[in-house]
Amino acid sequence: MTTRTEMIEARRPPDMRRGAVGWLRANLFNGPLNSVVSVITMVLLAMMLWPMAKWALIDADWLGSTREACTGEGACWVFISARFETIIYGFYPDPERWRVDIVLAMLTLLVAWLAIPRLPAKRWVGAFALVGFPIVAYVLLIGGHFGLEVVPTREWGGLMLTLTVATVGIVGSLPIGVVLALGRRSQMPLVRSLCVVFIEFWRGVPLITVLFMASVMLPLFVPTEVEFDKLLRALIGIMFFWSAYMAEVVRGGLQAIPSGQEEAAKALGLGYWRRMGLIVLPQALKLVIPGIVNTFIALFKDTSLVLIIGLFDLLAIIRAGLTDSNWLGFATEGYVFAALMFWVFCFSMSRYSQYIERRLHTGH
Amino acid sequence: MTANNSASASSADTPMIEVEGLNKWYGDFHVLRDIDLTVARGERIVVCGPSGSGKSTLIRCFNHLESHQQGRITVDGVTMTQDIKRIEQIRRNVGMVFQHFNLFPHLSVLDNCCISQTWVQKKPRAEAEKTAREFLERVQIADQAHKYPGQLSGGQQQRVAIARALCMRPEVMLFDEPTSALDPEMIKEVLDVMVELAQDGMTMLCVTHEMGFAKTVADRVIFMDQGQVIEQAPPQTFFNHPESERTKLFLSQILGH
Repeated sequence: MTTRTEMIEARRPPDMRRGAVGWLRANLFNGPLNSVVSVITMVLLAMMLWPMAKWALIDADWLGSTREACTGEGACWVFISARFETIIYGFYPDPERWRVDIVLAMLTLLVAWLAIPRLPAKRWVGAFALVGFPIVAYVLLIGGHFGLEVVPTREWGGLMLTLTVATVGIVGSLPIGVVLALGRRSQMPLVRSLCVVFIEFWRGVPLITVLFMASVMLPLFVPTEVEFDKLLRALIGIMFFWSAYMAEVVRGGLQAIPSGQEEAAKALGLGYWRRMGLIVLPQALKLVIPGIVNTFIALFKDTSLVLIIGLFDLLAIIRAGLTDSNWLGFATEGYVFAALMFWVFCFSMSRYSQYIERRLHTGH
Repeated sequence: MTANNSASASSADTPMIEVEGLNKWYGDFHVLRDIDLTVARGERIVVCGPSGSGKSTLIRCFNHLESHQQGRITVDGVTMTQDIKRIEQIRRNVGMVFQHFNLFPHLSVLDNCCISQTWVQKKPRAEAEKTAREFLERVQIADQAHKYPGQLSGGQQQRVAIARALCMRPEVMLFDEPTSALDPEMIKEVLDVMVELAQDGMTMLCVTHEMGFAKTVADRVIFMDQGQVIEQAPPQTFFNHPESERTKLFLSQILGH
């Protein structure tokens, strides 16, 4: 039997190795086997990365505007810079490209504004992004009003088309997915069945099939005088296809929220939509941010499938450039650049989602 | 809002809650059997009984977290039906505190207390915050108003949950085993708040195993087993001269250790 009369003061942990050397010792060289593995890994990495860097950066040709600028040692990025405009705008007519510039600038500004938590008036900016911006973008890109020349969607292409498809897909599929997820959990049998059928139908067919059906089969069923735009059909198909996936991601989140949350909200007198909108969905959506962003990233990359119905997205426009007889043999540069562009967008989404997850963490 | 069709009924002499011939089944399982119960205004009732006896289910029927198949429940003069408008009208008058607190983890303590005021009672934000702070003060947790529930101890969370329910200024409070999920050293702080509330004249129905609480504040103790009310009596009689054998057995089990 012992009795402590004085409490023990808190002390610092022993032997804290700090700084770069401490980190290296703790993580790479803590023991003979780990040191050997670390060295071998670093050598292998260097062996792979060095030729890559040599090809892409050191020996690469950056300046010029014709094929003569390519010396043949490393990558010839002149191939990209020479057709940079096409990569961004597709076949959008030259004198009208300022319209695309305005829309892209607005999109960038809106996304940045909404993404940076410090900036004020989120509600108004968000409302404009969802209601005003699509109208402005539609009027500007398509034209036909205010003396703007009509630019049919078959002349769209490149990055602007990829961003159009991705933005519409992302902005459309999330809310539809949420509604479908709620519907699938509804008490009303009719609503539930409709949602299940919708989700299972769209989830059960490959996206390629959806796009083919949208471009080839749909015109067979609707009267010929009703002419749907091909891009519009693809957009609707992509939106529905991904909303089915989104619905299941969101449903996973809804199921993870304890029933006590809804009961407490009911006991406080909140009605169904408020319970969902204020209590259940904010928690459920936060929980499935990784799944939602996963779907966004998959959607963004799969926009390149629109090339099979004859739309020239970022990848397709670069591929088209490869067949240019003046520029044969630059496939590697083209594909590396396309991959880099896709990667930049997808990686940004991924990093931003991690940031938001950390920000929304409230210690539970 | 609550005044329109309950005004005539909710005078001082109508009972707070009236239950007649209440029956409920889960599938074929008969959870509540022929329950008749009248709760007067200002009355404090403790419901006890072994687990699975239907006591939680009973009080959850009073704000329609559970629906019943037979019988009639009238709360503050409003008879419970399947009509969602009417159910929500009743819920605005009935506060509930849960075993697992069920605070909203994504909202601050203050927002937890304001959400129903602003969205159900449509109060302006400033007024809602004032009420919220008032009640958080009463449960002695006003200094934590800007924290999130996840940053509080169990006892603190349960006190916030009580304040959240009180912010709606309910006519009756239901407590569903409010101290069962708490560490022993936190039970007292929650019970203190409940005792104070009882002394202020709140109508209370508490499902609890805290017999000390029952002895000090209850006007009546109801003992339930197998979905039926076995015995109800003032605490004095209930603890000292229980009539039924089941009650005696139950009391010997929970008071014996």
